[in-house]
Amino acid sequence: MATSRDDFIIAIRSAFLKKGNKQRFSLIGLIFFSIGLLIVSKINLPVTNYLKITLNEVVYRSSFIISVPEKKIQIFSNKIKDHYNVYNDYLSIKEKLNQLQSKKYVTQFLEEENKRLKKTIDEYIYNSKEIIAKVLIDKNSPFLKSIIVNKGSKDNVKLGMAVLDRSYLVGKIVEVNYSTARALLVSDLNSKIPVGTEPGNIQSILSGTGKQNGKIEYLESEVFIQNESIVYTSGSGGLFKSGVPVGIYNKKNTEEQTVTFFSKLSQLTFVKLISFEEDSN
Amino acid sequence: MSSKLRNTIGNTFLFYLPLILLFISVFNEFDFNYLNYRYFSFNFPFILIFYWSLKRIETLGYGYIFVAGMFNDAVLGFPIGISSLTYLIICGFAAYLRNITLRPSLIKDWLYFLFTISVANSINYFLLISFFSIEINYYKIFGNIIFTFFLYYIFAYIFDIYRAIISRIKT
Repeated sequence: MATSRDDFIIAIRSAFLKKGNKQRFSLIGLIFFSIGLLIVSKINLPVTNYLKITLNEVVYRSSFIISVPEKKIQIFSNKIKDHYNVYNDYLSIKEKLNQLQSKKYVTQFLEEENKRLKKTIDEYIYNSKEIIAKVLIDKNSPFLKSIIVNKGSKDNVKLGMAVLDRSYLVGKIVEVNYSTARALLVSDLNSKIPVGTEPGNIQSILSGTGKQNGKIEYLESEVFIQNESIVYTSGSGGLFKSGVPVGIYNKKNTEEQTVTFFSKLSQLTFVKLISFEEDSN
Repeated sequence: MSSKLRNTIGNTFLFYLPLILLFISVFNEFDFNYLNYRYFSFNFPFILIFYWSLKRIETLGYGYIFVAGMFNDAVLGFPIGISSLTYLIICGFAAYLRNITLRPSLIKDWLYFLFTISVANSINYFLLISFFSIEINYYKIFGNIIFTFFLYYIFAYIFDIYRAIISRIKT
């Protein structure tokens, strides 16, 4: 009994404390160093923030270069899929175009009318500053849905800026380095965005699910959202302006309700970083 | 002279291939996520680190594994140090198995690998959830562990062939 315990201790000691051939560090030393780093990251000291920014800058650029072959494979696989679906896509696009053409003039009129009415009641009119950024890395990791863009603090990117693909909301900036920034996508489990659904202007929170869709949360029990309602940002909290389209609400049954995002989050190449400020006029 | 030089460069590349693969995999996270198969993902660095820590730790080295972990954290946006800790825990488990094993067997290594990645992932996600308030999809972690476990057998087989080639070059 005592011998087997001794063997166990010897094996553990040898595994963790002994430095092998050509090894500069012992395993236990590095484990303690990792724990130290974690504690320092938790405390959030300014020195570690600078170190983290420097590390991120180097790693993001290197990762972008190393990801090139994989991206090429991804593009090639998407191209094959697109070729395969080309006829069906053509038919659906043709039908959508007809619908949109009829809606265009009505929308123009409503936009102008909305602006006039907002001015009448002294509501803020938002002025937006746009920065176009290229997606360097889109790590579609199973645990975190985020993208790295090639604009940072030197380009006036700020924390909390909205990230748009065309005019659809896809995420917000959560980390800013000198020449790069990380955006948390709306599909991430940690993403919570105040939204309103139309028709009905029903206010709720849109949470990511870690998949390609989101879900509506914190909804009063007696409130009913129509199937295929459009989900817009509500503007609550003041981070985003209201009315930025996010996705479409799908209700299969009382249990299964999802929000399908307008934008394909796994195929972002260029995005717009936007901060909304109240117009001085 | 030129062919000798080319041979040396080729051999050096071959010797350092596991280390190069480790760094490519942490920078790139090649787990075929873009195929969009539900719950399909696997952790290639775990396979690589466990196998080489078990068979020949000089190939990777703890220092490089630690640095690779830091790079992985930066790429994924995790707190710096968490992946290094996870990778080093895997190294510790592999080193322990190496010390107590007299007759190596792939099946035993394989089952021990499942235990190792389960413990390492548990520690990793316990820290992420408790101290850094990051939400995580447990089904995806489970899927990731299972696929990593199954793929270990295939990769271990490939690495065995690679080791045989390397030892032949050395002799």
